[in-house]
Amino acid sequence: MVDNDTRVDFFRQMARIRAYEAALQANYHADKTPQWDIGAGLIPGEMHLAAGQEPVAVGLCANLVQEDAITAPHRPHHLALAKGVDMKKMTAEIYGRDTGLCHGKGGHMHLFAPEQHFSCSGIIGQGMPVAVGQAMAFSRRGTDNVAVAVAGEGAANQGAFHEALNLASMWKLPVVFIIEDNGWAISVARDTATPIKDGSLRGSAYGMPSQRVEGNDVEAIYEACKTAVERARAGGGPTLLEIHTVRLWGHFEGDAQAYRGEELNEATESDPLPAYEKRLVSAGILTQEQADQIKTEVAAEVDEAIEFAKSSPEPKPADAYIHVFA
Amino acid sequence: MTATLDAGTRRVTTAKAISEAIAQEMRSDPEVFVMGEDVGPYGGIFGSTGGLFEEFGSTRIIDTPISETGFIGAGIGAAVEGMRPVVELMFVDFFGVCFDQIYNHMAKIHYESGGNVKVPMVIMTAVGGGYSDAAQHSQCLWATFAHMPGMKVVAPSNPYDAKGLMISAIRDDSPVIFMFHKGVMGLPWMAKNPRSIGPVPEEEYTVPIGKAAIAHEGSDVTVVSVSISVQHCLDVAEELEGTTSVEVIDLRSIVPLDREAILTSVAKTGRLVIVDEDYKSFGLSGEIVATIADKDPSLLKKPVERVCYPDVPIPYARVLEYEALPTRDKIKAAIAKVTA
Ligand SMILES: Cc1ncc(C[n+]2csc(CCOP(=O)(O)OP(=O)(O)O)c2C)c(N)n1
Repeated sequence: MVDNDTRVDFFRQMARIRAYEAALQANYHADKTPQWDIGAGLIPGEMHLAAGQEPVAVGLCANLVQEDAITAPHRPHHLALAKGVDMKKMTAEIYGRDTGLCHGKGGHMHLFAPEQHFSCSGIIGQGMPVAVGQAMAFSRRGTDNVAVAVAGEGAANQGAFHEALNLASMWKLPVVFIIEDNGWAISVARDTATPIKDGSLRGSAYGMPSQRVEGNDVEAIYEACKTAVERARAGGGPTLLEIHTVRLWGHFEGDAQAYRGEELNEATESDPLPAYEKRLVSAGILTQEQADQIKTEVAAEVDEAIEFAKSSPEPKPADAYIHVFA
Repeated sequence: MTATLDAGTRRVTTAKAISEAIAQEMRSDPEVFVMGEDVGPYGGIFGSTGGLFEEFGSTRIIDTPISETGFIGAGIGAAVEGMRPVVELMFVDFFGVCFDQIYNHMAKIHYESGGNVKVPMVIMTAVGGGYSDAAQHSQCLWATFAHMPGMKVVAPSNPYDAKGLMISAIRDDSPVIFMFHKGVMGLPWMAKNPRSIGPVPEEEYTVPIGKAAIAHEGSDVTVVSVSISVQHCLDVAEELEGTTSVEVIDLRSIVPLDREAILTSVAKTGRLVIVDEDYKSFGLSGEIVATIADKDPSLLKKPVERVCYPDVPIPYARVLEYEALPTRDKIKAAIAKVTA
């Protein structure tokens, strides 16, 4: 059971992630007018935001310590923030600045924060075997750390997912595989790409415990992840969790989402953040003033991070030629 | 030059030219079908299949799961049974997850079978950078495919060629990799050169695979290029008119490579600049230099200049990416150097 302080912390973390994604969204579009151009503005390139998926990141990361690893997909911000990646440095990276996590070389889909053992990749499903290798290192060194591979439900149809599950199970490694099922892979609906309703069934093919978590509820997600992480830490091997969640916004910014139709309204109505706020307030765990105060505080932190990024220097052009080899 | 057909006055984007080519082939040949990620109602992330789903429906325009090895392999299977699949690999950078199907199967089956089995399929794929999509979504990689025998590799620079090359690709009995640079597609949401929208005849026509075009005639220097870089080269050639007479050769295909067109032009100008957005080393530009070295190095009056992507992964920040990308300024500097 989650105690009330933890609940308030869950709310704060989810609100912080949402404030971050909302601010990035606004800033991303702000200087792409009047003619929208993906390569223009202070934040150029693709932008995949995770509004709606905060419960997964927060419920998962509440079970992790700094030395545990995460490989995240192309939609990485919620996981990075929940894992403790420095918001300022991450923002500076997204702004392509020298003070960024990767000196402006990586960008939003390639965030590397070695101290938090956090990384992500823009190639679908390909972070999963990497997590297996991190778990290998942890177990060979005799630590009790775990590696978590996070990917979307679309990624679970990629060969790397299946190979990674098989290896992790065969070698009984401390890995937790998290599938964020937001129902969509760009414009391709889950039902048209995956023949089974419960993707966690695939765990049994590789002899590993697995579970589907419905409801996009941070507390239920926390509990399911707790069991999986504790099993991995105790040497019990990998777990597959498929977590039902929601993509509130477009696949990437600029996605008109014509393919979503009525479902988009349902998605908007199922926003987990106001729902959790309401739940805590009506249960008397949080007053409305406290909730508002939290939202103000996280917004201020986000503003500061964006200011830091904007006022940071750009990399020197000649830096393009360094870091090819170690 | 094969543009014998009057292009007419209708102007369309390269994306529209490609989807029109596929639609016309689909109307006349029931064996043609399309599959890939988001090719259905979305119309392709870069518009290559716009409108096809509405006309042909889900049995011939097939949205796939994110399983490139699976659906590219399935394309091969359908092709060996005589169908003509057009399979989209959304970004060429994703070839890493499915290359076995491509180079060990698609490209080799005809040869391995002693010519008894044909694989008439097209893989169309988006290439190129310039809009901060970073290391995993901005590469060109045509030389990587060209290095492996058995695949034709085409990369148009304009809508007219795109339509004609796509029709040729679909009708070809060999596998063809059709690489469209995102910047030549004429997308409403990406900065573009006006050359990405141009005259395209409504009727069907072909542009032969393996024939370069002299995109701009000249006599002082030969500039060989392909895909979007041709657009930059043409801008420079037009700007230098009256000072330097620049001959721009648009290769249009990397395999087969029109070596004759290159040799003929260099024999005339004696000076060569190669502009290539793919990585510099072990690639197209080196192959072009080798073509001249093999035939007659004395054709060259000056050392060759190569304006290529340097041998580094593609960085995200705009300042870093544009430091590395071939740009008009770099092309001008290279022309100045070889003509000095
Ligand atoms: C190997 C590979 N194929 C295709 C893509 C293009 N792509 C990027 S995101 C995406 C959809 C991913 O869907 P899902 O895994 O469900 O994650 P979500 O975007 O819903 O978070 C696709 C097809 C890619 N990046 N890598």
